[in-house]
Amino acid sequence: MNGWIDSILQGVMLGAIYALFAAGLSLVFGVMRLVNVAHGDFIVLSAFIALWLQRITGFSSPFLTLILLVPLMFLVGYVLQRVILNPAFGADILRPVLITFGLSVIIQNGLLQGFSADSQKLHGGKLEVASIALPGGLAIGVLPLLTLGVSAAMIGLLQWMLYRTKLGRALRATSADLSTAGLMGVNTSHLFAMAAGIAMVTVAVAGVFTGIRASFDAVSGPDWLIFAFEAVIIGGLGSLWGTLAGGLILGMAQTTGARFSPGWQLLSGHLVFLAILILCPRGLFPRRTE
Amino acid sequence: MPEARNLRQEGSTGVSRRDFVKGSATLALLASAGATGCRSRVTANRPVKIGFVSPRTGSLAAFSEADPFVLAGIRKALAGGLPIAGTIHPVEIIEKDSRSDPNRAAEVASDLIKTDNVDIILTANTPETVNPVSDQAEIIGVPCITTDAPWQPYFFGRGGTPEQGFDWTFHFFWGIEDLVAVYTNMWASLQTNKVVGALWGNDNDGNAFSDPRQGFPQVLAAKGFKLVDTGRFEPATNDFSAQISAFKSAQVEILTGVLPPPGFATFWSQAAQQGFKPKIATIAKALLFPAAVESIGERAHRLSTEVWWSPNHPYRSGVTGQTAAEFCTEFEQKTGRQWTPPMGFKHALFEVAIDVLKRTRNIDSPEAIRNAILATNYGSIVGPISWPGTPVKNVCKTPLVGGQWVSANKSRFNLLVVNDEGQKQIPTQAALQPLDSDGA
Repeated sequence: MNGWIDSILQGVMLGAIYALFAAGLSLVFGVMRLVNVAHGDFIVLSAFIALWLQRITGFSSPFLTLILLVPLMFLVGYVLQRVILNPAFGADILRPVLITFGLSVIIQNGLLQGFSADSQKLHGGKLEVASIALPGGLAIGVLPLLTLGVSAAMIGLLQWMLYRTKLGRALRATSADLSTAGLMGVNTSHLFAMAAGIAMVTVAVAGVFTGIRASFDAVSGPDWLIFAFEAVIIGGLGSLWGTLAGGLILGMAQTTGARFSPGWQLLSGHLVFLAILILCPRGLFPRRTE
Repeated sequence: MPEARNLRQEGSTGVSRRDFVKGSATLALLASAGATGCRSRVTANRPVKIGFVSPRTGSLAAFSEADPFVLAGIRKALAGGLPIAGTIHPVEIIEKDSRSDPNRAAEVASDLIKTDNVDIILTANTPETVNPVSDQAEIIGVPCITTDAPWQPYFFGRGGTPEQGFDWTFHFFWGIEDLVAVYTNMWASLQTNKVVGALWGNDNDGNAFSDPRQGFPQVLAAKGFKLVDTGRFEPATNDFSAQISAFKSAQVEILTGVLPPPGFATFWSQAAQQGFKPKIATIAKALLFPAAVESIGERAHRLSTEVWWSPNHPYRSGVTGQTAAEFCTEFEQKTGRQWTPPMGFKHALFEVAIDVLKRTRNIDSPEAIRNAILATNYGSIVGPISWPGTPVKNVCKTPLVGGQWVSANKSRFNLLVVNDEGQKQIPTQAALQPLDSDGA
């Protein structure tokens, strides 16, 4: 019995990191209908930049690098969207997707050149191994718990931004009808770039948390992308709370599957994903407006 | 089946290559006769071409990090040319990047053979690089020497049979049986409850390690260890709570496994968070490179692994005369990086090729080069190399010992030899220490 509780508990912790991966992907898809294939690579890029920032500034904790990393990644997202991706939007929805494919290749090889093929890790010190003992011989790590909190808070903030602010209203309007929003005086290319910038902020946070959780190298981005995708789709395209739920469901499916046999760990996650896709093709919490 | 195909293809393409070689030899002769007409032997001889495939970019790039250093040393030693059958030949080394992709490795090997007309082809670093290149060489009939891949995946992975073997391709490295012996010898040297928890993924390495006959299970049972194996997991797994909870409830004191560095780093953090503290952790693959060990941080102290080669090995390069220790020191001074085991093997690969070429009677005949390989008995920087080898004629085994990573200061870990059973020529530098012995 304890074993099953442990599986579910650890599954929630694993799911939190998937949700963190997926938040930016979900936002970009929700607003722009763009699937960013380079999302995982941007997370790895942020982790490497955090590593580099920590080296040159001598910050004791990788979390402190977020002070610089967050504005930097926002800028990267904004400029990238405005200069490269916006001009590619148009009749052909494949064009921007192909560009993100290219970005993925460029980032991976750029990181190989700049940081070599060594696997790296951000060091969170004592926090990395700190744990809270629970009754029944169970233990949960402080870092995964913190990840869960940050993940939920970030998705809450995104939700608030999208539904309670002027920026969010304009974003939703643009998302619903691009040309009409333009006619109403909304600067759509600025708005898309803002959305991409905000998505990059979530990427920066995800990069630091995953960099502390596990080591990473220049080519580990695509491994992380698949779980982010599944979390977004399980939760329902365009729904942010759905993405959090999707991440948690995916995490729990994997850890409970692994209790039967570790060979089933990833498979059971994929099976749950497929089952949900068959039963509710639009995900668990699809947006009402569509 | 594969043998029949190989023979046929060798027959059809090999002839044209030999014709070409003969043709170019005639041309070279004519050129030398026409150009000089006197006894100037040095300028007239054609360059000997060594083709070299290695994963310079991509996921295996860490293996070839030392390539520029190793090649610079070899090129310097060969600057004056190489005496082959009484004449001095200049040597040209043509490098190709496999991009860590087996298909690309086969492609560049074929390029080297067909376009660059190399006389001998060399490659190293994992079966993903070594096997496709060796297959090309075997099909076309070009002498090929390889290293840095356990011999079973090299030999059986290419469909080799001990009776038949291969005609053109030769390999030196250790095998799974050596690794099993080294690991179990290390574990037997400490007082534990002899319960071993295994992390073997569902990939080539994991399947080889867990193989009931060739891998660990049989040896563990024979030596009185109890094995806790939760089953093959997907290599991309990023959560190990199921294994950790199984190891905790079985009171595992010895952890082993074969994992890529990110996988092990994740496991090791989760193990600490979830309260799993083994006495010994001996891991293959993840602990090969110092950079990967450093990235784990202070919890990497006293993790153990196998040692392919180290500055502590009592061998010397036949090309530069450097000892293993001098070779590593020069590398660290020139690059500012720590030595790695693949570095020694890469140097040895060129050493062996140079020795073979020196003993070749007729450089224009691939058969003569192959016969020289089969007569090899050479002392390299990684130990003695000879063919025909044991257990199969194409494979020569190098010594394997056990080692432990010990933190020297905040940013450097040293890999010390702690177990040399069966390889007493390699001195131990310390005794294996349990992970928790100083209250860390």
